[in-house]
Amino acid sequence: MGIFEAILLTIITAATPLVIAALGELVVERSGVLNLGVEGMMIIGAATGFAVAVITGSTLLGVLAAIGAGMALAAIFGLLALGLAANQVATGLALTILGLGLSGLIGAGFIGAKRDPMAKIVVPWLSDIPIVGKVFFAQDPIVYFSVVLALGVWWFLFKSRAGLVLRAVGESHGSAHSLGLPVLRIRFIAVLFGGACAGLAGAYLSLAYTPFWSPGMTAGRGWIALAIVVFASWLPFRAVIGAYLFGGVTILQLHAQARGWPVPSQVMSALPYLATIIVLVVISGVRRGGTQAPASLGVPFVPDR
Amino acid sequence: MRLVLERRADRPTWLVVASPLIAVALTLVAGAILFALLGKNPVAALTAYFIDPLSDGWALQELSVKATPLILIGVGLILCYLSNNWNIGAEGQLVMGAIFGGSVALATHGVPNGPWVLPVMLAAGALGGMLLALVPAILKTRFGANEILTSLMLVYVAELTLDYLVRGPWRDPKGFNFPQSVSFEPEATVPLLVGGGRAHIGFLIALVAVVVAAIVMARTLKGFEIRLVGEAPRAARFAGFDDRRTTWFVFAVSGALAGLAGILEVAGPMGQLQPTVSPGYGFTAIIVAFLGRLNPIGALIAGLFLALTFIGGENAQIMMRIPLDVTRVFQGLLLFFVLACDTFILYRLAVVRQETAA
Amino acid sequence: MATGPLLQAQGIVKRFGALTANDHVDLTVGRAEIHALLGENGAGKSTLVKILYGLLQPNEGRLIWDGASVTIPDPANARRLGIGMVFQHFSLFDALTVAENVALSLGPETPMATIEEQVAELSRAYGLPLEPRQEVWRLSVGERQRIEIVRALLQNPRLLILDEPTSVLTPQEADLLFATLDTIKAEGRSILYISHKLDEVRRLCDQATVLRGGKVVASADPRVETAASLASLMVGAAVADVRNAAHEVGEVRLEARALSLPAFHDHGVALADVALTVRAKEIVGIAGIAGNGQDELFAALSGENTTRADAILVDGHEVGSEGITARRRRGAAFLPEERLGHAAAPGFTLTDNALLSGHATNGFVTGSIIRNDRVANWVERVINTYDVRMSGTNPPAKSLSGGNLQKFVVGRELMREPGVVVVAQPTWGVDAQAAATIRQALVDLAARGAAVLVISQDLDELFEITDRLAVISEGRLSPAKPTRELTREQVGLLMGGVHGATS
Repeated sequence: MGIFEAILLTIITAATPLVIAALGELVVERSGVLNLGVEGMMIIGAATGFAVAVITGSTLLGVLAAIGAGMALAAIFGLLALGLAANQVATGLALTILGLGLSGLIGAGFIGAKRDPMAKIVVPWLSDIPIVGKVFFAQDPIVYFSVVLALGVWWFLFKSRAGLVLRAVGESHGSAHSLGLPVLRIRFIAVLFGGACAGLAGAYLSLAYTPFWSPGMTAGRGWIALAIVVFASWLPFRAVIGAYLFGGVTILQLHAQARGWPVPSQVMSALPYLATIIVLVVISGVRRGGTQAPASLGVPFVPDR
Repeated sequence: MRLVLERRADRPTWLVVASPLIAVALTLVAGAILFALLGKNPVAALTAYFIDPLSDGWALQELSVKATPLILIGVGLILCYLSNNWNIGAEGQLVMGAIFGGSVALATHGVPNGPWVLPVMLAAGALGGMLLALVPAILKTRFGANEILTSLMLVYVAELTLDYLVRGPWRDPKGFNFPQSVSFEPEATVPLLVGGGRAHIGFLIALVAVVVAAIVMARTLKGFEIRLVGEAPRAARFAGFDDRRTTWFVFAVSGALAGLAGILEVAGPMGQLQPTVSPGYGFTAIIVAFLGRLNPIGALIAGLFLALTFIGGENAQIMMRIPLDVTRVFQGLLLFFVLACDTFILYRLAVVRQETAA
Repeated sequence: MATGPLLQAQGIVKRFGALTANDHVDLTVGRAEIHALLGENGAGKSTLVKILYGLLQPNEGRLIWDGASVTIPDPANARRLGIGMVFQHFSLFDALTVAENVALSLGPETPMATIEEQVAELSRAYGLPLEPRQEVWRLSVGERQRIEIVRALLQNPRLLILDEPTSVLTPQEADLLFATLDTIKAEGRSILYISHKLDEVRRLCDQATVLRGGKVVASADPRVETAASLASLMVGAAVADVRNAAHEVGEVRLEARALSLPAFHDHGVALADVALTVRAKEIVGIAGIAGNGQDELFAALSGENTTRADAILVDGHEVGSEGITARRRRGAAFLPEERLGHAAAPGFTLTDNALLSGHATNGFVTGSIIRNDRVANWVERVINTYDVRMSGTNPPAKSLSGGNLQKFVVGRELMREPGVVVVAQPTWGVDAQAAATIRQALVDLAARGAAVLVISQDLDELFEITDRLAVISEGRLSPAKPTRELTREQVGLLMGGVHGATS
């Protein structure tokens, strides 16, 4: 396997959790809700997914449990931020703190446990194509799913009526309410979807990417997913591009460290975070007149009667 | 029949006071359930968490040590949050304060120095935190970059910087390759309040910060400006306030306070630089700010309470083998309940019998 | 069945806490009838139509539609019955296209291509030109209203409710709308027309129901009533006329010279070369449709946005590069259009809101310490002088009614006896009594020697109180002419962008 192929493969594995988490948050934000708890939902997914997979011996059950755990935390967020109209920024932070703590409790008994990484689905013949064969046709199921998810989110948002309704709710909840659209119900479903995606992204980390559990293993990826949504101007395909760019930065610094570049490892490790800041600055500075944030983003909604 | 939120005509005063207390009570109930699920005796666990640490003088001193950074940072964050500036990177600003202040201690190590060292260290620490906090502030006002994400990303950058320094250039050459700096000299160490104890003058500095912030917020035009920028930015411009300057100001102040907390931590209880200088004070202080109802005096009380969860957590780990992560769960739950209870100051639940539009 | 009235509301009661917004209201709308619902702001008109459209549920009373008793739990049900609604504040989604906006109010079964065709077809049939694929934020206010009307018509309604539809239109655009409404009526549909503009009601409507304080006070045939008789029904008492008699004017106190300013945002309008003078004892008006640069002009004159120093002069001083606080110190006062969120902070108390604009000029702050006693005294004087009604002592601004809050804000600024006043929409959404008080205060202030500039969309108001009148359109200002020499038609043409002269 050539170095180029190896780098491509690792970029895909590094980018996939970001793709999934960012797409989930993108849908949430399109509905007008800012859930900053992605990191918390992601890490609880990682812990729960790994724990359940070890106990049951089934990767599939682990993945499902991770999705369920992400949705459960998202439901708490929904109850507070939507049901009780609490401050969304603070509620999202609370979710992250709670998720980090709970993941530690859940994962405590599984530190040091080992599992084989998720099996790859190898497409016969196609995977034998030089260089791109392995990259495109010998991946684990979640990588394939992330592609389907991106297409699905795009189709849903821009081609389906339900997506139109969701965008309308995010654009102006007042107008949506006066048209009789169930604003809070739509937002709650979107929040649950975001939680499911974050949980799945976490499961990918502990079941396919590393594959083991270590406390705090998300290492800010949930926050980077939030930045990717801004970078993507709330457009699904751009979110995929953003996730792969960040995946690329992560992998390049790993390869650079492995090859013993004369740069302190901490500098290389800081690159993804610095890249996030630079991208946020460039995108925010450049974006004038292009796609803007959903107009109702982060504003609590309480229907009058 | 269903429940809906109905806006209250006024804010009942008793609820404003009672709401954080109700939140604490709910957290304790949830905590008891959590301990039961973990197979621990809830009463014994809650006692270990919240009663034992208050039972002797040593523990009370420890409480003041842990509360010092929480109160200092919490007070700064209150200014940020009241003005709608979401600085969540205080942890990084604390670390940068430790680096800047620590650099002074290391530069004066082993050379003739005097009592000026500590004040210079504290000033340098505050400066370090301030400079790091001004980055997201300027990126926000100049480019419109989201300060939540930029301030948080800088936490990782600051932590990696400290990690690099104590493993590299600042490592104690006689330290058996441990990643830590030399121990600070007495001139570079924060004086203790009681001889032989743990409590140090940092707690007094925190009290001063509380009093100053309380006066500024309640009685001065600056405090009015900060509240107004958060409540109605357009009205703030109409009032003649430049909301960009307000943003710089609150970030600078909160960064300086976090940096001060950082240098007090390394020049106090730790006495040297290590790869990790904080168990997450910068994040817990967010809870302090909210539990204190975004009021400096409230932050004092909330800071003491959350310091208790840190000490109680360590205590419960030693006494009952309860994982330290329970502390974070507690803190997360507490913030949830605080936010939930706050809703009921503005709204009340009303029962609707008729089926209505959603 | 097909001969009785289309809609009857009987004994409708709606309470919000202690407030009774609708108190046993009866309303009967006949077939193929344009029925006016008249009343002041706060009379209960909006509450009543929200009940008819299913947005609110009444506490008591019943609705009879086409002879049968009905409940309307939500707007979808209202639309199913055949009730369409055009809101005053449009319920449109700026980032979506015209067709997408329409699709949201239709059922899920209609494909987008069909909707685009139908929009094009309807807009031709009713003379409401619209491009289905345009994004809404690019459209003018008049065009946005057309979307609302087309959206309502697509559902083939039997009753169309219009809430203050002409408040955002030029006189010419309003005439177009009236023609459309006549077409709709000729098809046998009914229209419930909510307004407080008496002339258009007399011209357009077959029947009128007048609400006051939540109760029906009269049902009348507007074509036989006079504007004055309708007005007294609406207000309950004759409203004093504010008159601005011919008078001498003094020195120039406020001047703009070649004032240009870029647009604030994508949806804003840049100011181009605006020139303007206001003299002592003079009230100058600026008419125009919303969104033609009024916000930018106000910001430039007030100093919220600074510009070239010599672009703006107050009493001969070049103040263009000074901020709003410095201009206040020079004796200028400013009253923005938005009360909540701009002139006043909604959640702040009245004393805090007095401090908001008076901290530099009223002796409220010594050192940097706020003198609470002085602020409280000032607020008490404002409240007494301007008869501001409120509940409790020192309540938050948002708890005051629109009229009372506006009286407070006007009082807050005018009690300082400013030499120059710039005011935008001084009586927008304010009841008639408060509006008369506010206009009188402006006239009196000018008579005492101040220069007053009024930016307003309300032509009635401008013709009533101004000495000279200019029109702003697409960021350019027409030369101000004596108001007495102008007709509404001339002003309307200028508002529509037809410039007779260079500005």
